[in-house]
Amino acid sequence: MLQNHKCKGMQDMLPDDMLRFRYIEDVFRDCCRDWSYKEIRTPTLDYLHLFTATGTLTPGMLSKVYSFLDWDGWSGERVVLRPDGTIPVARLYIDNLREQKLARLFYVTNIFAFEETGKENRERWQCGAEFFGGAQFVADVEIILLAKEVINKLGLSRVKLQLSHAGLVKALIKEFKLSSSEETRLTDRVLEGDWQALTAAKTSSPELDRLISSLLNLKGKSSSFLNNIRALTTQSSPDFKSSLEDFINITTLLDSMGCNYEIDTKAMQGFEYYTGACFQLSAGGKKVGGGGRYDNLVPLMNGEETPACGFALYVDPIMGLLPSKKEDKANILVKGEELSSEIANNCFTLAGLLRNAGYHTEVDFTGREESDFRWVILVSEKKPSPFVVIDCRQKRQRKAVDAVEIFLILRQE
Amino acid sequence: MNNYYCKVDKFAAEPQINDSYSTTKLHIQKNYKIALPKGRFLSSTARFLSEAGLGFDGYSDKTRQYRLQSTIIPDLSAKVFQEKDIPIQVAIGNYDLGICGLDWIEELLAKYPTGNLVKISGLNYGEGNVHVVASNRAGISNIDELLDRQNDFRIVSEYPNLAEAFALNQRMKKFRVFPVWGASEVYPPENADLSILWEECESSIAAQYLILLKTLLPVTAFLIANRTSLENKDMSLLLSLITEPCQQSSVGITGHDDSIASTSRSPDRDNSNRTERAAQSYWQEKEIKLALPDGHQQAPTAQFLKQTNIAIPEYYDQLLNRRPSTDLDWLGIKVIRPQDMPLQVANANFDLAITGEDWLREHLYRFPSSPVQGLLTLGFGIVKIVVAVSQDMPVTNTEELRYLVQSGKFAPLRVASEYINISDKYLRDNHIDPYKLIPTWGASEAFLPEDADMLIDNTETGKTLKQHGLRIIDVIFQSSACLIGNKDSLSSPNKKGKINFLIESLQAGLS
Repeated sequence: MLQNHKCKGMQDMLPDDMLRFRYIEDVFRDCCRDWSYKEIRTPTLDYLHLFTATGTLTPGMLSKVYSFLDWDGWSGERVVLRPDGTIPVARLYIDNLREQKLARLFYVTNIFAFEETGKENRERWQCGAEFFGGAQFVADVEIILLAKEVINKLGLSRVKLQLSHAGLVKALIKEFKLSSSEETRLTDRVLEGDWQALTAAKTSSPELDRLISSLLNLKGKSSSFLNNIRALTTQSSPDFKSSLEDFINITTLLDSMGCNYEIDTKAMQGFEYYTGACFQLSAGGKKVGGGGRYDNLVPLMNGEETPACGFALYVDPIMGLLPSKKEDKANILVKGEELSSEIANNCFTLAGLLRNAGYHTEVDFTGREESDFRWVILVSEKKPSPFVVIDCRQKRQRKAVDAVEIFLILRQE
Repeated sequence: MNNYYCKVDKFAAEPQINDSYSTTKLHIQKNYKIALPKGRFLSSTARFLSEAGLGFDGYSDKTRQYRLQSTIIPDLSAKVFQEKDIPIQVAIGNYDLGICGLDWIEELLAKYPTGNLVKISGLNYGEGNVHVVASNRAGISNIDELLDRQNDFRIVSEYPNLAEAFALNQRMKKFRVFPVWGASEVYPPENADLSILWEECESSIAAQYLILLKTLLPVTAFLIANRTSLENKDMSLLLSLITEPCQQSSVGITGHDDSIASTSRSPDRDNSNRTERAAQSYWQEKEIKLALPDGHQQAPTAQFLKQTNIAIPEYYDQLLNRRPSTDLDWLGIKVIRPQDMPLQVANANFDLAITGEDWLREHLYRFPSSPVQGLLTLGFGIVKIVVAVSQDMPVTNTEELRYLVQSGKFAPLRVASEYINISDKYLRDNHIDPYKLIPTWGASEAFLPEDADMLIDNTETGKTLKQHGLRIIDVIFQSSACLIGNKDSLSSPNKKGKINFLIESLQAGLS
């Protein structure tokens, strides 16, 4: 017989996984709300052209999207399972919220990308926040601090924040003075993580060589590093200079706020839509999040000029770093000693009262051996005390006449 | 694995063992299977194999045998497939090796970069290239001009995956790919901006009033292997016999050569192209656009249309003219594959088309709200769409099949068909589960019993199916040629009158 195999690259989340998943979600939601971000949700399906039109995902990423013709797709218009969190949010902002000068939005969503071996996840979950309208470097710092706060509150250890600057890298690539198609190809390779392509490309300027070498090989720990870079570059382009100034402003503020980080130019991968500072967060040696500034995305999607920045935390690796979670509420098993209409009625009525009072309550008539319950309440037709309340922690039991007495017992503990 | 797979042995001829190989053969693991191509590479592959010392009796243009046995290596059998099917068959492991054009390998790998398919070696023969072309009336000379000029592209191709990869690599902002069964050269400029097609030589591109924008890949014949077979089976003798001639480059098989290919074009084609040029320039002004079928359906359609008052002499004379002219100055006609017509009518590239009811149904099952509707059953080209299984399978009807599948004999039932959507619906409606569809491009009967358990295909008399040891267990429906139309065209005040005139003319042909 055909086995009910799980679809390759997809994963089940079991109750223990969901406790950790919801914990991450709750911490993330609470932090975002504290920072006045509003929750949104975008559709799972979107048109493929939403992702091709912006020219912001590399062909390598686009070749891994799940795309297909919808039931009315005879016109050849393909739809995709959301391959990225930010672009649909930018679409939502343009369609619905563009009148707002500032929009702070957050979401919890799944994204889909084909992965060849089927051993890695093809569906991944993200907690993301996007800040539309924040033009200044303080907006970049805001999202970095928010992302870090979530990671800290989750209790992850060995947290590392790496900073890079897409504007700086793109300005560097421009210094090569390549044709537009060659420049696109080099950018694609760099975005897909092939930094060798940058060092291998020939330049005629010793200063540029020095700059590339410093930026790719050295890792600064404070804004001083960037000040040094500024001192080394005398002939750089205005784009490079303004990106560097922006980067210095961000790192100086982070320094003054006591936020530790590492400047690693190579810590920027995958998303072509980043235009300014970008960052990567890791914990326990695993990448757990990343984000950055993407000022061109909204105009590329036919919206107005709108500066924006955001980040996403990767739920799947974070779940792997968290210990098992326990339900925080006391739980009660209401157990019918026999299966009769009257006992069942009493069980459901009592369980309803307990739930209203805030207890997680399960009703059972199977006679199974209970485990993991804080309380077990046996329900019978015995007079005058049809209830027996068992305190599983203290290992003792007391008879009760009615619900009032039961609540008194529960509250004594 | 079920019992039916063992029956392949009945097709095996008694092997003729060559003495020089009699000792070596002991080292070869049993049951090698190679998939060999039909069509454009059949004769060159047959010549290549014969020169490599790997004879397969019956592998020639003249015979229509699907199953072959090597006369040299006793345990080596072969099956002949549509070229397009070969990379899939090798990737999924039904065949250890395969020979086919690089275009179909790359078409599979563009969408499914499977590690199961290994490209072993080019075979020093092949024909033509896969090109990106546009109409020479589009007023452009290179791809960058086109990309600068517009934002929304329609790409038509028999290679939809290569087309999509091309569009992504070119960073097209918006594009739609229309997969077609053939005749993709006839779509630009009116019905597509770009066509990605295989052509033997560049001169034939120009002859079709197209301009070459980019050559994507040369189409050489390639030897491919299934990774697991390559890792686990000793196929060294077989591989050395096949790859040695390539390393020596001594195989006298023609590479792609423009001069040879261009001389092979028929005079008819040159004449018809002159007519095409004239017809092409008028296309946009035609108020009603009609698609007529090529291939097997051209002769019966021409026969039928002759009985009406619509004169299309070039079509009636069976010329290869994809834009035949007619005496109705408001009627534009293109000749395309009947399989592609419903989608083309849905997209309003044509107002009307003569296709088969089977292809109309296939389209409507996939796109239930499509604006295509059947207008007239024409009564010719009648075929039955049937469900057939191997004679050895102990079922005589759908119900028995359902019980057999439910009993767990198959994991799952493999169904080969050209009609993916009809098959899907049939299997769902009849609660036959689990099943797996194997899309084919014709000759589904060759898949049974080794590579599929059941087929859903068309048949006129059922004779071919019987010859291949198959039993029909159900007739899904009977299909005739039919006129289809776009609902919006039918309700358009400008078009309604002329469409009704055509419908009446065709109705007159029925009587």
